Amino acid sequence: MPEPALEVARPSVRFDDVSLAYGEGPPVLSDLSFELEPGSFHFLTGASGAGKTTLLKLIHMSLAPSAGAIQLFGRDTARLSREEIPPLRRRIGMVFHDRRLLDHLNAFENVALPLRLAGRKVASYRADVMELLGWVGLAEKVDAYPLALSGGEQQRLAIARAVVGQPELLIADEPTGDVDHEMAVRILRLFVELNRLGATVLIATHDRDLVARSGKPVFNLAGGALTRQAA
Amino acid sequence: MSDASPLLPAEDARDGALVFVVSALCFLACLAVVAALAASRAAGGWSAELRNSATVIVRPGAEESADAAAARAAEALAAVRGVGEVDALDRGKAEALLEPWLGKNGLPDDLTIPRLVAVDLDPHHPATAAELDRALKAANVDATVDDHTLWLKDILRAGLMAQAAAIGVAALIAAAAGAVIVFATRAGLKAREELVGVLHLCGAEDRYIAALFQARFARLAASAGAIGAVSAALGMAIVRLIGGGDGVTPALPVAWSDLLPLVLCPLAAGLIAAVAARATALSLLRRMT
Repeated sequence: MPEPALEVARPSVRFDDVSLAYGEGPPVLSDLSFELEPGSFHFLTGASGAGKTTLLKLIHMSLAPSAGAIQLFGRDTARLSREEIPPLRRRIGMVFHDRRLLDHLNAFENVALPLRLAGRKVASYRADVMELLGWVGLAEKVDAYPLALSGGEQQRLAIARAVVGQPELLIADEPTGDVDHEMAVRILRLFVELNRLGATVLIATHDRDLVARSGKPVFNLAGGALTRQAA
Repeated sequence: MSDASPLLPAEDARDGALVFVVSALCFLACLAVVAALAASRAAGGWSAELRNSATVIVRPGAEESADAAAARAAEALAAVRGVGEVDALDRGKAEALLEPWLGKNGLPDDLTIPRLVAVDLDPHHPATAAELDRALKAANVDATVDDHTLWLKDILRAGLMAQAAAIGVAALIAAAAGAVIVFATRAGLKAREELVGVLHLCGAEDRYIAALFQARFARLAASAGAIGAVSAALGMAIVRLIGGGDGVTPALPVAWSDLLPLVLCPLAAGLIAAVAARATALSLLRRMT
């Protein structure tokens, strides 16, 4: 559970002069500084290879910056011990571009995974998971395994898994890339609803229609630098 | 619909080979344990027999026949407290004892053969060699008392060595089983790196993931331990049925009670696997992002 007494006024995410280069290569991200206020909703746009996925991985602590400092919920990620990272990750919902579903678990089990890892009993979340699967149009695929699902269905499953724990911060990498327009709108409504409940949302996307329809502010990544565009 | 599927996939092609190897190791460990128990019992039995008896070598004087000297010695010894039965062996029995070394026709008639007196001691309060010696001296019998101390030490040492060797072999096998589990855990983690990555990204702690591998390999090793123990018990039961109380050799007598400790094999195998898998998994997970 969050510790709001100390962190309520702090940004969910804060980058201070963050740079990242893979190995000896040129920097993918250069001196990024920005904040995501609690309860804010942003899109992240940029051409392919601009570094959107890299930026999301930095937020999710899958990568460490080459330079600069990242704060999550007021905690400096560089100062976190290995034991402190999992509890922080459980406050984040992440939709991966490559979905990262577990093939040996069925749809219900994949969605319930974060709750299971948090130590909750199935009886306490069965209804919530079923409702969420219905919301993303997979009510009839509860027992289906990922390999039996289409790309779009897998993507919706990954989205359901990311939001099932009602995370404080939701980051999504091209969450509507493989779904039709109607489902994309539906998924956006899900994100907006989560945001309305207090979650900070950052969505990396190429879908200009989705961005335009939402009316939310946009960060644009180009040449390793981040620019902010108003809603 | 359920939420009970294991987070680690249930079946793996390597599992069969691992079960076979651990079963074979457990089988050998069980044999070593039974051998240790049998060696201990054999040494205990022999030492008890020797401890409860003594042999007196009587040297007859010039004016006395060997039979008379032996009879006098027997009489003197029988009166000592802590002595049970006393048996003065006649020349025929003495020659029979020497026959394996000298042959049937190896003894000239005029050769003086020392007479032996076999003494059975009270098992609870045995007379000491000094007491027997004093009684013989008091009866003016020229004799030497052999209370088997020398043999007893050798047998006890041999028994202890056999026991230590068997325990050492069992420990070595246990270590080998642990090493096999370490390799299997490494391979398992490597093969499931992607799955482990997803669990990490969904907020799983290292110890949670390590516990998955720990439980998996503990279950697997316990099953293999049961197979090994049952196989060893069957083998030993056959030996016991064929060979009776002596088993295959009197040096390793098998008793039914020797099979009882084998029920601990699955538990021991599971425990070793659990410790090895957890330690290995935690060590490897700490190197992962």
